[in-house]
Amino acid sequence: MVCEMETDQIEEMDVEVLPSMWPENVGTEADKQFNVEKPAGDLDTLKEVTIEETPTIADLTRLPELMNSTQQGSSQLTNLVKQWEYMQDNAVRLLREELKNLNRQREEAEAKELKIIEEYKFETNEPENVPVLDETSDLFRRFRQKKRDALVDSKKIEIYEEFDTVAYWKQKALNLEKMLEASTERERRLIEKLSESLKTMESQSAPVQELTQNLKRAEGFLHFILQNAPIVMGHQDKDLRYLFIYNKYPSLREQDILGKTDVEIFHGGGVKESQDFKREVLEKGKASKREITFTTDLFGSKTFLIYVEPVYNKAGEKIGINYMGMEVTEQVDKREKMAKLREDNAVRKAMESELNKTIHITEETMRAKQMLATMSHEIRSPLSGVVGMAEILSNTKLDKEQRQLLNVMISSGDLVLQLINDILDLSKVESGVMRLEATKFRPREVVKHVLQTAAASLKKSLTLEGNIADDVPIEVVGDVLRIRQILTNLISNAIKFTHEGNVGIKLQVISEPPFARENALNADTEEHEQNENAIPCLFKKYMQASADHARKYGGTGLGLAICKQLVELMGGQLTVTSRVNEGSTFTFILPYKVGTSDDYSDDQDEFSDMADHQSEPDDTAEGYFQFKPLLGSIYTNGGPGIGNDFLPHKVMLTSPIKLINGFVADPSNNTGQSEMLQLENGGYVDESKLETSSGHCPESAHQYENGNGRCFSKESESCSSSQASSEGGTLEMESELTVSSHTEEEKAETDLKETPKPKILLVEDNKINIMVAKSMMKQLGHSMDIANNGVEAITAINHSSYDLVLMDVCMPVLDGLKATRLIRSYEETGNWNAAIEAGVDIKTLENEQVSVRSTNRLPIIAMTANTLAESSEECYANGMDSFISKPVTLQKLRECLQQYLH
Amino acid sequence: MDALIAQLQRQFRDYTISLYQQGFLDDQFTELKKLQDDGSPDFVAEVLTLFFEDCVKLISNMARALDKTTGTVDFSQVGASVHQLKGSSSSVGAKRVKALCVSFKEYCEAKNYEGCVRCLQQVDIEYKALKTKLQDMFNLEKQIIQAGGRVPQVDIN
Repeated sequence: MVCEMETDQIEEMDVEVLPSMWPENVGTEADKQFNVEKPAGDLDTLKEVTIEETPTIADLTRLPELMNSTQQGSSQLTNLVKQWEYMQDNAVRLLREELKNLNRQREEAEAKELKIIEEYKFETNEPENVPVLDETSDLFRRFRQKKRDALVDSKKIEIYEEFDTVAYWKQKALNLEKMLEASTERERRLIEKLSESLKTMESQSAPVQELTQNLKRAEGFLHFILQNAPIVMGHQDKDLRYLFIYNKYPSLREQDILGKTDVEIFHGGGVKESQDFKREVLEKGKASKREITFTTDLFGSKTFLIYVEPVYNKAGEKIGINYMGMEVTEQVDKREKMAKLREDNAVRKAMESELNKTIHITEETMRAKQMLATMSHEIRSPLSGVVGMAEILSNTKLDKEQRQLLNVMISSGDLVLQLINDILDLSKVESGVMRLEATKFRPREVVKHVLQTAAASLKKSLTLEGNIADDVPIEVVGDVLRIRQILTNLISNAIKFTHEGNVGIKLQVISEPPFARENALNADTEEHEQNENAIPCLFKKYMQASADHARKYGGTGLGLAICKQLVELMGGQLTVTSRVNEGSTFTFILPYKVGTSDDYSDDQDEFSDMADHQSEPDDTAEGYFQFKPLLGSIYTNGGPGIGNDFLPHKVMLTSPIKLINGFVADPSNNTGQSEMLQLENGGYVDESKLETSSGHCPESAHQYENGNGRCFSKESESCSSSQASSEGGTLEMESELTVSSHTEEEKAETDLKETPKPKILLVEDNKINIMVAKSMMKQLGHSMDIANNGVEAITAINHSSYDLVLMDVCMPVLDGLKATRLIRSYEETGNWNAAIEAGVDIKTLENEQVSVRSTNRLPIIAMTANTLAESSEECYANGMDSFISKPVTLQKLRECLQQYLH
Repeated sequence: MDALIAQLQRQFRDYTISLYQQGFLDDQFTELKKLQDDGSPDFVAEVLTLFFEDCVKLISNMARALDKTTGTVDFSQVGASVHQLKGSSSSVGAKRVKALCVSFKEYCEAKNYEGCVRCLQQVDIEYKALKTKLQDMFNLEKQIIQAGGRVPQVDIN
């Protein structure tokens, strides 16, 4: 009977419609919010039942099919059946036990009854009294047999009993009757109980109900767990089309999803990846997990941890995948933030240590540079002594060989000086000490002057060209000294490496960035063999294109590096383009400002001087200059060409390249003689004389140019030998040498004899310095006037004429720089207005003297304490001609006097 | 007598060299010595006297300027004095004083009061030390001359 019940119930199950697993009130909305509370994707055993009840959920046919066809489905069914069977077995076992109990009780009761029957021998008469169950009739028969067997024993017992008293028997019968009744009553109750229990068993163990309850529990559990979990679950078929999906935060209707693939539903980052991942899982047949970040229009940027497993049918074929995703955006964010933090930390630590290292290195470098600068400065003083002495020596009577040796000595010394000056410049720029001036200047004049100066020492048949665009302003504001230094450097390089053709400067305004100015230096020539691969190292310090170059051309290799640094310091850039055999173009672009007309800078004088000697007024706007070697045969011998025109008469008598920063530079043989040649060569003598007398070239400008163009002198040295062999020929060369030595001798003599006692003014506030300087001057055979500050100096200059002024830079009342500017302004304008404006009390004096004085430029030598504030550049910028670093020594003074007093 | 002169001369030479070696003096002092000739036989002594007078004056100037009790510290005045002192010491070849002045000036420009005071004290000590040393040297010179000898030219290098 139990078994029957089981099968019955299974059949029943197919028919019965189970209620939804979810509360019914929710179920009604399920349609709109697709599958919120209806886990259509939940592959539970009895899924199809749920679907049947709410037929709006799609794919009614596929699910049971799926359930039946997939391994998972079938195994789940089997599990449930097994579980149910097990429960049924249990119930059957319990019932059987109960039955056994009842049977035993009945047997006991029967045994008792038998006993009673035997005792009273009523058994035959009242068999009906024995309580009977249908099934136990045979038992009763056994009782009877037993009864007979036991008869003999009972007879024996009966002998002792007093059964003759009626009362006794009556009582006994009554008792027995009661017992019998109780027994039957108990039996009846037991039977009732049995049937009742059978009934309850039947009702309780109805498998459908039990399973339904189980399912409800499971569903409730799932619902409870999943209701707030950020989880998406789904099943997709082989083509990755959704068959089921459960989504906690749905934003699409169910019909929008089912039957479609990810790619069809979503657009954006990560969709393709997830699709590919699913396909991969499907192909490999191995469940796997992956984190994918989606960025879709639908739900923004979210990261999901996705678990995908393949689904097989019973035959073991893949039919799709199950897919479960959990949103882990925040966790991923956190994790990534942590990782980033950790990474940042590591990077910061690395940077810190790197920075420490860099700081250390920088400190070391700075120290080294400082050291280098100091060293250079220290070397410069004795070296200038050597060169100066050599120069003096060259003025004495020497034979040819001695002179040649001396020339080598001087040029070498000069080279070292040049190198040291370059190093000082460079270290100044690099250590940020280099300060830029903002003064008004005329770019045309600068270009012209640079070219003139270059032409002055030109020893090749090169044409120097200056080309300035019309739109370049007449006056601009900038650091003219530096710009000129750059131009001079580039031009001297160009001349050095160009063997024939043109070397030129082009100047034009380029509009972008606003007011940028381009100085393009064209060396359109058969240039030196500058290889393309040499360009990167052009701007490096101490680098020359090759070792051969160094030998061939000489030079320190610092020139371009300095140019580059200077240009960059001024906020520009220097570039080079080059083609072998066609020439190179160095271009630098500098921002510039146009000066306002009322801003009359005191520093202007230097250039106004230049303007002065260019008599034509429209000269300022001239945009083209050309300098050609006049007569190749003469000038290629190594003399300054047109540049001579601008050399003051004084210089004509000596060697043209003179003191640089107070140090004697190259009194090059070649240049010296070439002037001699010029003097002898009638036509040119006239011209040069004319030039010099009419336009007393201001010495400052000239001097400065020399200072800036030091490379020329050096260069001329390095080139002279080759030129001599290629152009002039050795014979000519030698004859010149003798001539030159002869004339220079003469010059020295005349100097000594004819020079009247020069008037020297010392402007110095420190009386000990005055005392020392005065004593030194005395030893050198000169006396000096003393002024204690700038104002006194101006007054003194106003009162009498001087041949030389030694000017302390740092002084009370009016410092040397300002005083010099005022003096220059006076020279330029012929009046002391600027000084009076500056508050200097000048008593107006004879006008004649003023006008006479104004044409001559008074050499002013600065005395600096070699501090950064008193840089040589500043001295030059303020119109000083040279400087002596303090403390003043006999040697320095002597050199200075030699240069400026003739 | 000659032996005494020779001894004094040697002593003088050693002493002078020690002054250079200890950094009290530098080449500028040699320069100064060169300026001393028959026309100005006491040139060095004169200059140095002037220098030490200057020192006294400038140091008391600076001490006053650095005195906080009289009001605010006038660094610009201190700076001016230091500049003077630097120039003077540089001119006479008082190497240590000059070196001190360089750092003094830096402190002054940085308006570092402590540094200035410290430098002032050091300058004070240093110039007095130099004065003593030079006095010793002059005494030696005098002794040599009194003994009838010639003050030797000391070649420092």
